[in-house]
Amino acid sequence: MSQVIVITSGKGGVGKTTTTANIGTALSLLGNKVVLLDADIGLRNLDVVMGLENRIVYDIVDVVEGRCRVKQALIKDKRYEGLYLMPAAQTRDKDAVSPEQMKKLCEQLREDFDYIVIDCPAGIEQGFKNAIAGADRAIVIATPEISAVRDADRIIGMLEAHEVRDQALVINRVRMNMVKRGDMMAIEDVVDLLAIDLIGVVPDDELIVTTTNRGEPAVSDGNSLAGMAFKNIASRIEGNEVDFLDLDKNNGFVDKLRTMFGFGN
Amino acid sequence: MINAIKNLFGNKDQSGDVAKDRLQLLLIHDRMNCSTELLEMMKADIVAVISKYVDIDDEEFDIEISTMETDETHKKSPVLSANIPIKNIKNQKKK
Repeated sequence: MSQVIVITSGKGGVGKTTTTANIGTALSLLGNKVVLLDADIGLRNLDVVMGLENRIVYDIVDVVEGRCRVKQALIKDKRYEGLYLMPAAQTRDKDAVSPEQMKKLCEQLREDFDYIVIDCPAGIEQGFKNAIAGADRAIVIATPEISAVRDADRIIGMLEAHEVRDQALVINRVRMNMVKRGDMMAIEDVVDLLAIDLIGVVPDDELIVTTTNRGEPAVSDGNSLAGMAFKNIASRIEGNEVDFLDLDKNNGFVDKLRTMFGFGN
Repeated sequence: MINAIKNLFGNKDQSGDVAKDRLQLLLIHDRMNCSTELLEMMKADIVAVISKYVDIDDEEFDIEISTMETDETHKKSPVLSANIPIKNIKNQKKK
């Protein structure tokens, strides 16, 4: 049974594209056949995050408008077995693909792939509605900030209204040292407020920046804590029970002291 | 444990908690889809009804959505509260 998963957030800049790239790559590393589908038409970026920008010939709009076959628009990522990208069009509008066309495309891709992971545009307008049209489940990304959580709440309501009821939350860019100081909302606070299942907590990680600079997903870097968190999310998507990462460990001198004196949690 | 340490230092105005409290209210408003217009309309209706029976000060009338801690679970739930100052009760003279 293949799954269509849309990665969405409402607010821009919280890490939808990075999450799409990493979860998709991690799913392929688990032995699945995966296609990353960039639905952010006009502002495509999934290709650059994946480092595949130089290999684009056809895009999603070419497919739905019949200028090429589905397979022609799929870029095979040679680094990962079973990983493909269908890029968005850069010179078109958000409404270049209709919800019906999106559904049809997802159905076609289901025949060849285990997972179709869709990078949704920011906002709640037509681009969002198009991106979620064919989805079985949604992963909602929020950072522990007021604006991001508020927008996530709107998105959850809209997903509900569009009958995407299988929703899970990823809290991204968590800075555990700030949470400990009380200067960032705690994970449980955000989960309480949004009242949906938590599927992952991703720490703020400089390696995300450096790996993205190189066009490599963070899951390829064994040292990246964020990469590890994304791998765990992929495993949970597969239905496995995986413990949440201990983001507390070795964050600094004070934390080490705290652990030493038994003040750790 | 961490909270115990926090309390020890009397650190009560943690910005994370402030964010949480603000969000709580914000989400209630968002979810109710309750605009200021709607609140004003409700206010006008309530004033009309109550004015039939008591003389109230509709200038000072205040209606708002906030949260209140329920007893058993200590979870905050939304409440609609109205503050209605009464101008005159029966025998009092009008100003």
